[in-house]
Amino acid sequence: MSLERSEVEGIAQLARLKIEAADIDSYATGLNNILNLVDQMQAVDTTGVEPLANPLDAVQRLRVDEVTEANQRELFQTLAPQAEAGLYLVPKVIE
Amino acid sequence: MINKTLAELASGLDSGEFSSVELTQAYLDRIQAEDSKYNAFITVTATEALAQAKAADARRSAGKAGPLTGIPLAHKDIFCTAGVKTSCGSKMLDNFIAPYDATVTHNLAEAGMVSLGKTNLDEFAMGSSTESSYYGPSHNPWDLTRVPGGSSGGSAVAVAARLAPAATGTDTGGSIRQPASFCGITGIKPTYGRVSRWGMIAYGSSLDQGGPMTQTALDAAMMLNAMAGFDAKDSTSVNKEVPDYTLRLNEPLKGLRIGLPKEYFGAGLNPDIAACIQSAVKQFESMGATVKEISLPRTDLAIPAYYIIAPAEASTNLSRYDGVRYGHRCDSPVDLFDLYTRSRGEGFGDEVKRRIMIGTYALSAGYYDAYYRKAQQLRRLIKNDFEAALQEVDVIMGPTTPAPAWVVGEKAKDPVSVYLEDIYTISANLAGLPGMSIPCGFVDGMPVGLQVIGNYFDESLLLNIGHQFQQSTDWHTKSAV
Repeated sequence: MSLERSEVEGIAQLARLKIEAADIDSYATGLNNILNLVDQMQAVDTTGVEPLANPLDAVQRLRVDEVTEANQRELFQTLAPQAEAGLYLVPKVIE
Repeated sequence: MINKTLAELASGLDSGEFSSVELTQAYLDRIQAEDSKYNAFITVTATEALAQAKAADARRSAGKAGPLTGIPLAHKDIFCTAGVKTSCGSKMLDNFIAPYDATVTHNLAEAGMVSLGKTNLDEFAMGSSTESSYYGPSHNPWDLTRVPGGSSGGSAVAVAARLAPAATGTDTGGSIRQPASFCGITGIKPTYGRVSRWGMIAYGSSLDQGGPMTQTALDAAMMLNAMAGFDAKDSTSVNKEVPDYTLRLNEPLKGLRIGLPKEYFGAGLNPDIAACIQSAVKQFESMGATVKEISLPRTDLAIPAYYIIAPAEASTNLSRYDGVRYGHRCDSPVDLFDLYTRSRGEGFGDEVKRRIMIGTYALSAGYYDAYYRKAQQLRRLIKNDFEAALQEVDVIMGPTTPAPAWVVGEKAKDPVSVYLEDIYTISANLAGLPGMSIPCGFVDGMPVGLQVIGNYFDESLLLNIGHQFQQSTDWHTKSAV
């Protein structure tokens, strides 16, 4: 299968990536080349094969639900592009 | 001094031949004088390094030094280092000062190792050459026109060019083993879950594993001793005792059963590399090992499965870079969507964007079963093939790469052709098995690596094999500088 321009734009939107209009075609080519490579998978019959998510078939370890970390808001917010009064600033969301 | 191994440096520090401060200064001087031609480092932390070296010397004077205390190393710039820029090779994190230490960097610092700085890598570890780094490619010390491999290319160059005696790396599809092979050094990717991923910037979380990159297998064993172990902060860390990896290094290899997968010696393999591997295998036979041909029939499917699973995990992992809490933010966003899309569009390079988009597509409604589920089913079959093979043999040997290092820029127009170069390394990540690359020869002046894949948690055997080989050959002592 082959992705069209409009599909590439849709994927970019889903992935929250701004792709310049002039670059859409080259991304379409790049993505189609990868999809052509992975399409060999479809030739294999995998009926009844259990998918493998963790190579050791391990499951998520659980722990007691208690606070283990101290709040480091000030330290972490020194990294923020824009923070004020302990809050992260973003463009206005609600009019 | 600069050609010494970790083991030799440890004995030099022990005997008082040199101090950690002197040793650290010697490497810092070398980096300053030489790294402009290699571009191995993104950040050099000279002041911090000398302070750590001073502390290490004091610890030694107090009689509290361990085997690695006072020895410098370099960290791949994917490991968070508190107070030091941690870029992951990306414009997205060019301004990111990590607020905490990764478990790996913490453990090595506790062992007394001195960090010289942070090494170059493909952006977010997505690549096999360092060419996708925001900071430009690193150059192979054996031939500066060639790539060092990747993604841990800066670490491999640092060790091979003797800018550091050892370095950390990470391996998602070959990113320790392939640059180790291209640069003529030793690198081991441990079993998935053996080394904590906490503070190691995530690419493909079910594949990523950190490990040492060194001149020798003995050095790798010494470093892995300090790196490995259970970490409650990594939910995929395995709670299993860590052996002393140096203990079995000297065991004889008599009776070792080696399997050679016929699929690893097919038409795609450079015949001169095949000859190097065959001659290494003969060496093992002369040491008492037995060799048989085996089959890993789904070898060709490893790359397709990987290029769904890794991008799918990457698209999820990299969704955290949103321009809000840290990292690159675009100028004057008009609304939240614009903030997200432009920050990410500007912050990520082409290869990262391609992989995020492939992953997003593979996980999207209507395509999940055809791509993601299918790839995970193939992953199960690939693991089953390895498990069957490892019933018959103790280790699997073959080339680390099908060809030696390519010329910088040579494959820039065809990223998929680069993906195919990882044919022999990717399946160990899919299966979660440990794999090691050790130098075993040269083709046209460029180093060649022998790959050894072992059973789960059998790193001791791999290192034993590496050490025995290095006792009877001198490929690992060849220096590019």
